[in-house]
Amino acid sequence: MSYGASDDPIADLVSGRFPDARGRFGPFGGRYVPETLIPALERLQQGVREHLHTAVFQQELGQELSSWVGRPTALTFAGRLSERWGARIWLKREDLAHTGAHKINNAIGQALLARRLGAKRIVAETGAGQHGVASAAACARLGLPCTVYMGAIDMERQAPNVDRMRLLGTTVVPVTSGDRTLRAAIDEALRDWVSDPSQTYYLLGSALGPHPYPYLVRELQSVIGREARAQILERNGALPDAVIACVGGGSNSIGAFHPFVPDRTVELIGIEAGGRGPGLGENSATITFGRPGVLHGTYSMLLQDENGQIQETHSVSAGLDYPGIGPEHALLASAGRARYETASDAEALEAVRVLCECEGILPALESAHALAGARRWAGSHAGGTVLVCLSGRGDKDMPTLQQTLLAAHNS
Amino acid sequence: MKKHEMLSAAIRAAKERGEPALVAYLTAGFPSRDSFKQHLQAIAEAADVVEIGVPFTDPMADGVTIQRASHAALAQGVTLRWILAQLQSMPRAKAPLLLMSYLNPLLAIGPQELAASAAQAGISGFIVPDLPFDESAELRTALEGQGLALVQMVTPVTRPERLGKICASSQGFLYAVTMTGTTGKHVAVPPEVTGYLDAVRSKSPVPVCAGFGIRGREQLELLRDHVDGVVIGSALVEVLERGEDPARWLRDLRGR
Repeated sequence: MSYGASDDPIADLVSGRFPDARGRFGPFGGRYVPETLIPALERLQQGVREHLHTAVFQQELGQELSSWVGRPTALTFAGRLSERWGARIWLKREDLAHTGAHKINNAIGQALLARRLGAKRIVAETGAGQHGVASAAACARLGLPCTVYMGAIDMERQAPNVDRMRLLGTTVVPVTSGDRTLRAAIDEALRDWVSDPSQTYYLLGSALGPHPYPYLVRELQSVIGREARAQILERNGALPDAVIACVGGGSNSIGAFHPFVPDRTVELIGIEAGGRGPGLGENSATITFGRPGVLHGTYSMLLQDENGQIQETHSVSAGLDYPGIGPEHALLASAGRARYETASDAEALEAVRVLCECEGILPALESAHALAGARRWAGSHAGGTVLVCLSGRGDKDMPTLQQTLLAAHNS
Repeated sequence: MKKHEMLSAAIRAAKERGEPALVAYLTAGFPSRDSFKQHLQAIAEAADVVEIGVPFTDPMADGVTIQRASHAALAQGVTLRWILAQLQSMPRAKAPLLLMSYLNPLLAIGPQELAASAAQAGISGFIVPDLPFDESAELRTALEGQGLALVQMVTPVTRPERLGKICASSQGFLYAVTMTGTTGKHVAVPPEVTGYLDAVRSKSPVPVCAGFGIRGREQLELLRDHVDGVVIGSALVEVLERGEDPARWLRDLRGR
């Protein structure tokens, strides 16, 4: 197949030829939305083009990132964990960012853009609640009213984040339709947006959805990889052998990976939620078990049945519990530049326990999947150097941890 | 006459009788799989065009009524292949039939096979709410090969130059969404809506049918002089939910 680009899709990605004018990363991406949303997406695309890379916008964003988000986040050498697992493990500490996860990098960036575009209100979806909290905080900071859609199941398992959003002045709307998790929340946020596309800004939380979101979110999250690359070069004197990040929709991972894509000696490994196993509905491992299709505005890999119906998914971590993935990951996988593996619920929980014990860090269940992947990598790369994106902190997971790790502990 | 031309002709014929054509929507397999053929035949007797909804797990352009019907149909195992097989095995319906489907179930079959099977099953065209004009070339080409329409949608926020582009490649009819939002709400018909419909109609080479939020006689009267037809969706699904006779409800709506 030819997409009007060179034979090397990775070169096209690095040179900025992808995404192309139609929002394609090779065959993936695009803009599959109802006609009502087309003008809003065109306006956003124009806004991205006119503002995102200007000195004045970058300065405004940089100021917020350093003085409010707390960037750059630390790079921590995990000494005791390295000894235990047999490889040199570095942690990029997105858990130290304001509101407790990488989501804030995107939320504040898009909120600043929304304000420039004259938006009157913000809508967002959330799975684990981290993007919801980040959006709520960014909107409070900029004085924009915010409504967050959240699946009823996720509201239960991430209850602390629901209260945080409400304290921050955001309206949290429970979604009781569909699968009552992240996917249904995106459906509902899209329905809200479609009702008022000229006044409302949709602050999408992951590197997916219709063009230009996958590009916009990747640009805003790439601060993770840019910082980490400079930090590890300075501290370690060399690039790592591998970069590992968890992948749900894929925003922390694309942010961590993107600046390393040209460094072809660095292995890029995305860890998907293996859940309870390989069966239908038992996991959220999109690249591992999915096929190409269209959901939520983009052509990418999808967990679907033979009739094109979207599958129910499972993961112990609400943030990875999603049947799709951003189109840039689909390209990285098909071109062989990144590979994708799974970590099970049990492996992720074990990684939470070990990181607490060895390093005094409580990781988010999502990020724990990346750690579980690093443990496996270390098993076959003794003495190697791996950079793990610790995308968020685990305080929000206490309800789940009380029923799992702590239940075992207390019995 | 190609199938998309028959579709246009059916709408024009109704309009020439002095009333907007009724494009009636039925979620396939709702309220039950067993009643599909019977409801379809009955609705095809009373309406000018029937739009058969293919259920999908994530109907993002639809309001709660059609979401409910979709999930009920999926729970009974309704699939696009099942729908096509049902259509194959029944006498041709009296009115032209359209399939309304989100894109992913169509991709699962693939454009070429889909177009061929749909033509064989007596379908005249498709409405795909999450396939905007810019992404539609591949499916459009496959459908055109069988003489089938890919019905385009326009909305009150579609800009004039885009409207022109969409009109130029429209077949069957042009679906003018009355409002921003999802299906199933009750839309008022203020002068700006009729003005928008007049503008669309002045540019469209094919008949224009208004849809989204049309539920009753009163709206029909207000729209009468500004459209060639109206799409009745959620309101008709609710008739089925109440266990009433859809054909009779459509005749009452028409006032005859």
